[in-house]
Amino acid sequence: MSILEGLRLAVNGLLSNRLRSSLTMLGILIGVSAVILLVGVGNGASVAVQQQIQSLGSNLLTVFPSNARSAGGVQQGFGTGSTLTLDDVKAIANRQTSPDVVTAIPSAGGRAQLTYSNQNWNSSLTGTTQDFPTVRNYQLASGQFFNSGDVDAASKVAVIGPTVATNLFSGADPIGQVIKINRQSFRVIGVFAPKGSSGGFNNQDDIVVVPITSAWNYLLGGRGRNVQQIYVEATSADATSAANTEVTQVLLDRHHISDPTLADFQILSQQDVLNSASQTTGVLTLMLGAIAGISLIVGGIGIMNIMLVTVTERTREIGIRKAIGARRQDILLQFLIESMFLSGLGGALGILVGFGLARVLPVVVSALPTPVISTPSVFLAFGISVGIGLFFGLYPANRAARLRPIEALRYE
Amino acid sequence: MITLEGIAKVYRTGEVEVVALRGISLHIPEGEFIAIMGPSGSGKSTLMNLIGCLDQPSSGRYVLDGYDVSALTDDQLAWIRNRKIGFVFQSYNLIPRASAVHNVEMPLIYAGDNQQRRERAMAALESVGLIQRAGHLPSELSGGQQQRVAVARALVTDPAILLADEPTGNLDSESSLEIMKLLRDLNQQGRTIVLITHETDIAGFAQRVVRLRDGVIVSDERQSVATEMVR
Ligand SMILES: Nc1ncnc2c1ncn2[C@@H]1O[C@H](COP(=O)(O)OP(=O)(O)O)[C@@H](O)[C@H]1O
Ligand SMILES: [Mg+2]
Repeated sequence: MSILEGLRLAVNGLLSNRLRSSLTMLGILIGVSAVILLVGVGNGASVAVQQQIQSLGSNLLTVFPSNARSAGGVQQGFGTGSTLTLDDVKAIANRQTSPDVVTAIPSAGGRAQLTYSNQNWNSSLTGTTQDFPTVRNYQLASGQFFNSGDVDAASKVAVIGPTVATNLFSGADPIGQVIKINRQSFRVIGVFAPKGSSGGFNNQDDIVVVPITSAWNYLLGGRGRNVQQIYVEATSADATSAANTEVTQVLLDRHHISDPTLADFQILSQQDVLNSASQTTGVLTLMLGAIAGISLIVGGIGIMNIMLVTVTERTREIGIRKAIGARRQDILLQFLIESMFLSGLGGALGILVGFGLARVLPVVVSALPTPVISTPSVFLAFGISVGIGLFFGLYPANRAARLRPIEALRYE
Repeated sequence: MITLEGIAKVYRTGEVEVVALRGISLHIPEGEFIAIMGPSGSGKSTLMNLIGCLDQPSSGRYVLDGYDVSALTDDQLAWIRNRKIGFVFQSYNLIPRASAVHNVEMPLIYAGDNQQRRERAMAALESVGLIQRAGHLPSELSGGQQQRVAVARALVTDPAILLADEPTGNLDSESSLEIMKLLRDLNQQGRTIVLITHETDIAGFAQRVVRLRDGVIVSDERQSVATEMVR
């Protein structure tokens, strides 16, 4: 018996019991579409996170204060130390000692309450220096960024992100307007262009940036002249590890630490962040896939169940076929093809439904990352569904093939 | 052609043993039309299943066309059923989901013989006078027509032996006569025919009548062949 003949028999058998075949297929359909959709969501989340991290700049290093040196003293939380200074920033930016560093900027800030006429907005405040736009990859949509003179003079000027501009000014031109930041008057001199990667954990378009000196003087009262983070721009993405070494040496020297394990700072590259983030999203994808995979197995058990019923129902037919010359392998093939056809068709329809849901769902549920469905995963899903038909069809088909012709013929 | 030597068949259902055949020896030469008669439960069907290689004897030797059947594997038995034997059953045993012509084609499918399969099936249907019913499902045919489809299926692979187990058991006398004439014609073309029946007038078509009782042969007689049935 040829495969084609087997397919014809399978279609014939499935059509003779439309409702039952459709319901069985539905089990696989749901399983496969769930796998496609959930793995797509997982991948989508991973892509979104990676894009967001990369939009910060792949040649960026971040230096945090750390508490490694508080030996015998009080354990302080990560980033709460006050060991970094503006002089550290200047030393790092020195091309003589650190040739792989383009420049470095300090950062100090927190949450800030913004007011303009009767509009209120809570945003993220960053105090920094004039190199902030280049180091952090920000473009200006209008106006300009503050210069070194503004930093030296602690000018009360601010540059705002597009989210802030929309929420405070709702369409009006913010340039030259005076807003209140934590009740202090600042003049808006620039608006950033959108970074694009909105949504996700922190919105890079929802920021207000002022000279770090002004932040110290007027906004971060009582917290001293601390630098919370130093952003270091390396000459290229490849140069980040060289830059890392140079920055480490400069800071160890300046802080008089000889043992690098006792460093009172920590350097994180975007690559590190990227790696740990993709590890997290990878686990997420795996978990989502596993959950969906369980429903596929349930669908497979449904197929096995129906195939057992089918074999019992057709015992007499099997007897007739054997009497007129069907061999074991003919019967085996007939039922295997039938179960594989059932699950394969269910799988193919499931892929279509999965694609459809992947299109529709992010529109309905906006919090969902846009699912990313890769071509290999589609082929894999189809292969797995056919494989499930094979695996779960094997036992019923083998049972049919091993029926003794005389007993099958006597079956009522 | 068919040689049985000391054939016995014992069915075991749990603790109970039923001896269906005990010490059957029988030779059926090629081209013979033989009827096997006997009361219900005498072992006729059991004997036919053994001759048709649907079952294996508990003891004894069965040689079919030179093959020692007890030494063959399942797949070899399937091959013998496909090529050498055609079956006609009392309950027709057509596949309900398949059309008449597809039912007739089926032995050719398992023979792996795709040469003019449809044409050969149609020719077989024509020989039983059912060409115009080729596309009908079994449920759309009368009992006599279904049995004729079964005869067409039995002879489509051109087997040397035709086994018929009470082929007229479910039919009215007119359809019975049609079927018996078909079998007689097939015998005249040189096919060996083993017919099981408990009706004397049906057995009248055969050249030889073997009677069974409680699993043993009680008589084996030649007779002149009837051409019509008296009922
Ligand atoms: N599969 C079977 N299992 C157990 N007993 C059987 C089986 N087939 C037939 N028999 C028994 O064997 C005997 C002969 O049966 P059978 O050959 O069908 O007789 P007949 O066809 O002459 O009516 C009967 O007693 C019957 O009950
Ligand atoms: Mg019987």
